[in-house]
Amino acid sequence: MGNVDTSVMDDLIRQRLDEILPQALEKKLAEMKEARTPSMTIIATKGTLDWAYPPFILASTAAALGWDVSVFCTFYGLELLKKDISGLKVSPLGNPGMPMKMPFGPDWFKSINWNIPNIVQAGIPGFESLATTLMKQTIRNCGVADIAELRGLCAEAGVKFIACQMTVELFGFSREDFIPEVTEYVGAASFLPMAKDADVSLFI
Amino acid sequence: MNFDKELDARGLNCPLPILRAKKALNDLTSGQVLRIVATDPGSVKDFQAFAKQTGNELLSQGETSAKEFEFFLKRK
Repeated sequence: MGNVDTSVMDDLIRQRLDEILPQALEKKLAEMKEARTPSMTIIATKGTLDWAYPPFILASTAAALGWDVSVFCTFYGLELLKKDISGLKVSPLGNPGMPMKMPFGPDWFKSINWNIPNIVQAGIPGFESLATTLMKQTIRNCGVADIAELRGLCAEAGVKFIACQMTVELFGFSREDFIPEVTEYVGAASFLPMAKDADVSLFI
Repeated sequence: MNFDKELDARGLNCPLPILRAKKALNDLTSGQVLRIVATDPGSVKDFQAFAKQTGNELLSQGETSAKEFEFFLKRK
């Protein structure tokens, strides 16, 4: 008789728990999700003016949203951490996706897409510098932040800049070449655990 | 609507209006209101997302003239 009572009791307890637990768990999980600070890690691998924008725009915006952000710069991405960042260039050569438009003159002139063949671009000395000057002017005209400003905003907002130690050595750079905000010089084994725990991880 | 501080983000493009707003909010105390004027059409959705993510309340938003957007953010 006693045994039967216990099993009935067990069933009732189990039933009740099944009702209560999912609600309590859901509430607790929602609380935890709410309290958690989102995080993002970015691997920046490009060292041109155009490709400098995505990592800095995403990093500064995420920091403004209150996220923890780390940017791991490797290979040409190390250029983004150099003290003087004003030398970044953009190359239209071999980039059919890049519109070539003039940032000055009347509207009809500005809307022309100068479709210059690669072989011509490659043959004109200083073509890259010209393209870079024109792009910088376009950036100013459009009210887009310049790269040094964006990087400053990132640093101010607490974005962590990490340099890949291996490429620093490979390219013959020294730590004096980089801004003091670079907090760490580490390798892939240090970066991957950060990326594993991040909500967003991007390769740029 | 009353506000405690004003941010002129006209002529600025993504993500500058958000970054400047975040900075301006830091100077306010909880419950104070920031008015932002922007011309970037992308800022309309961006400020909604910013408010949702950061918990600073977007009290109202609207278009002031042909191409200007106005936002009132209350610091949490």
